[in-house]
Amino acid sequence: MSDGVMIVGEVVDGGLHPTVRQLVNAAGQIGESSEVTLCLAVDGAFDGGCLEGIGVGKVVLLEHPDAGSDGIGGVYSLLTELVCEVVGRLEPTVVLVGKTDAGSVVSARLAARMGAGLASDCIDLALNSHGRVAVTRPVHGGSALAVYEFAGEGLQVVSVRPGAFEVAQSVAGTPDVERIDMSSVSASGAVPVLVETVVEESEGVPLEQADVVVSGGRGLGGPEPFDQLRELCGLLGAALGASRAACDAGWVDHNHQVGLTGKSISPTTYITVGISGASQHMAGCSSARNIVAIDKDREANIFSHARYGVVGDWAKVLPAFTAAVAELE
Amino acid sequence: MLKIAVCAKQVPDTDIPPSQFKVDEGALRVVPPAGVPPIVNGFDMNAVEAALRLRDAGVECEIVVFSVGTEFAMDVMKKPLAIGADRLVLVDDDASESLDGLGTARVLAAAIEKDGGADLVLAGRQASDWDQSQVPIMLSELMSAPLVTLVRALSVSGNGSSSEVERVAEGGFQRVECPLPAVMTVTNELGEARYANLRGIMAASRKQPETMTLDDLGLGDLANSKALEMTRLFVPESESNVEIVEGEDEADSGRLLALKLREAKLI
Ligand SMILES: Cc1cc2nc3c(=O)[nH]c(=O)nc-3n(C[C@H](O)[C@H](O)[C@H](O)COP(=O)(O)OP(=O)(O)OC[C@H]3O[C@@H](n4cnc5c(N)ncnc54)[C@H](O)[C@@H]3O)c2cc1C
Ligand SMILES: Nc1ncnc2c1ncn2[C@@H]1O[C@H](COP(=O)(O)O)[C@@H](O)[C@H]1O
Repeated sequence: MSDGVMIVGEVVDGGLHPTVRQLVNAAGQIGESSEVTLCLAVDGAFDGGCLEGIGVGKVVLLEHPDAGSDGIGGVYSLLTELVCEVVGRLEPTVVLVGKTDAGSVVSARLAARMGAGLASDCIDLALNSHGRVAVTRPVHGGSALAVYEFAGEGLQVVSVRPGAFEVAQSVAGTPDVERIDMSSVSASGAVPVLVETVVEESEGVPLEQADVVVSGGRGLGGPEPFDQLRELCGLLGAALGASRAACDAGWVDHNHQVGLTGKSISPTTYITVGISGASQHMAGCSSARNIVAIDKDREANIFSHARYGVVGDWAKVLPAFTAAVAELE
Repeated sequence: MLKIAVCAKQVPDTDIPPSQFKVDEGALRVVPPAGVPPIVNGFDMNAVEAALRLRDAGVECEIVVFSVGTEFAMDVMKKPLAIGADRLVLVDDDASESLDGLGTARVLAAAIEKDGGADLVLAGRQASDWDQSQVPIMLSELMSAPLVTLVRALSVSGNGSSSEVERVAEGGFQRVECPLPAVMTVTNELGEARYANLRGIMAASRKQPETMTLDDLGLGDLANSKALEMTRLFVPESESNVEIVEGEDEADSGRLLALKLREAKLI
């Protein structure tokens, strides 16, 4: 068992980021959850209500007036300083971070500063015979899996793929909470400054929450056919997805991209139209329960992941499919 | 003059069909299909494009491409030169194969420093071989330079001391002001790299890359002191259980598919 496992969690809008309870589960793979320390960077407004039932031994709140906003020290520079400071003080042997936008930055900067290794985007954790962490991570876009083990004796930094672990069950009671005043910490030297965050109005049902997703790819040949997908989405109450090829071509906005570098989705039903099923695309929908593919190439990789499929030209298959759906509704 | 370092990695072609993807489990290596040459990592070409757009926008700059690796395919690695980068620096060393992310970042930091430093380091958001997305972030830490990740648009202010950046963020984007020197990672949202024209290809073919080894950088031992080691590489088993729905014609198949999905309560 590895002692000194620390989770660096994220706080959004005063609550815990969904990855935090997944990280609690991940930590359980390499040690007793009751001995895990959870660190959260918070500002004065954080009331700790969301910590109820979280199964870790101890929570450390890194209090800083600017922790809630990224305005000072944009792109997570302040967060990085807070995390490096607490790791220096508590000297954990393993630090677990979610592979989110913030987690990617914080984990890599921490590892570089401490001269430590970083295993990024891991989907499984274990201990090897030396008590060091061994991780499994998808590589080559998900075409292969690799196991990496930490050598030597130094700090082990691990970022965990969001969604790879289930959310940990709630336990009775609240953990010990220690507040550390971090107001003297600042992002030193030259730092990027956040000017504004622009939220782009995304059309339709949000991808991450949808029970049904309909996605289009390069096989659609242009932007117009996406209107047919939108119509189908409307009938099914589904969210609109796309492959990177379709997004890069400008047919549909990038915030619809499903995949390794796009969104991860876990719908009950995932319907793809003109998507070949490249490993980087499949990386974003591996937890979809049923994949349904429409593609003209029987050899396309998507059919080796699909539950149901039609081999044919979408321009003929899709209108009939949509009409039948409309009739059924 | 602004000096821009672009970090670019040679990786196996990502456009091969998944069925042709093979690994050598003993050697812990990917075995590319015969005759398929490697590519410059896609996001790194986006980074080259970002640098070229700064030049197009009137920023006087020298663009130097840095790559750490071995068995370089020279016509592949010269692609950035063919579209307008000025120089190519190759850290060519067998030992680079076994570097971990931090090791690679150290080598890049040393190579850039040996070359006289840089005002702006551009890299890809991740390398499509090991998908680590950590080298440039570590590089920023080693260089004590500010970092902006996932850049989709970029401009540099007149005197080259600061930059305005748009980065991709959850549900939208962020506008960030970043002092230079800085390290930035570029994402495909920035746009594809331009095509090389004949003149560019000719000019690139006449240029010789500058090469160095880990020893030249005083980092000969680096591969022996890595913190992270790959111990297994394999292609996971997957079994297909697809039911192909076939009607009288394609339209009929579409109709039957809808009925099937309804029956299975999937829609
Ligand atoms: C590091 C990295 C990260 C990546 N991240 C992502 C990601 O997050 N998401 C992602 O999607 N991709 C990603 N990619 C790209 C990925 O490798 C593929 O290039 C991409 O997914 C291909 O998109 P596609 O399936 O739409 O296009 P293609 O592979 O070109 O497939 C088009 C399909 O349409 C079919 N077709 C053509 N015409 C018709 C017709 N008339 N009727 C029916 N079918 C037709 C064809 O048979 C084919 O199967 C990434 C790549 C890299 C290197
Ligand atoms: N060996 C290398 N040589 C040059 N650049 C590299 C190398 N490895 C990584 N990089 C840069 O760092 C980015 C992210 O790589 P990685 O952290 O390996 O996913 C790449 O897109 C490159 O820009």
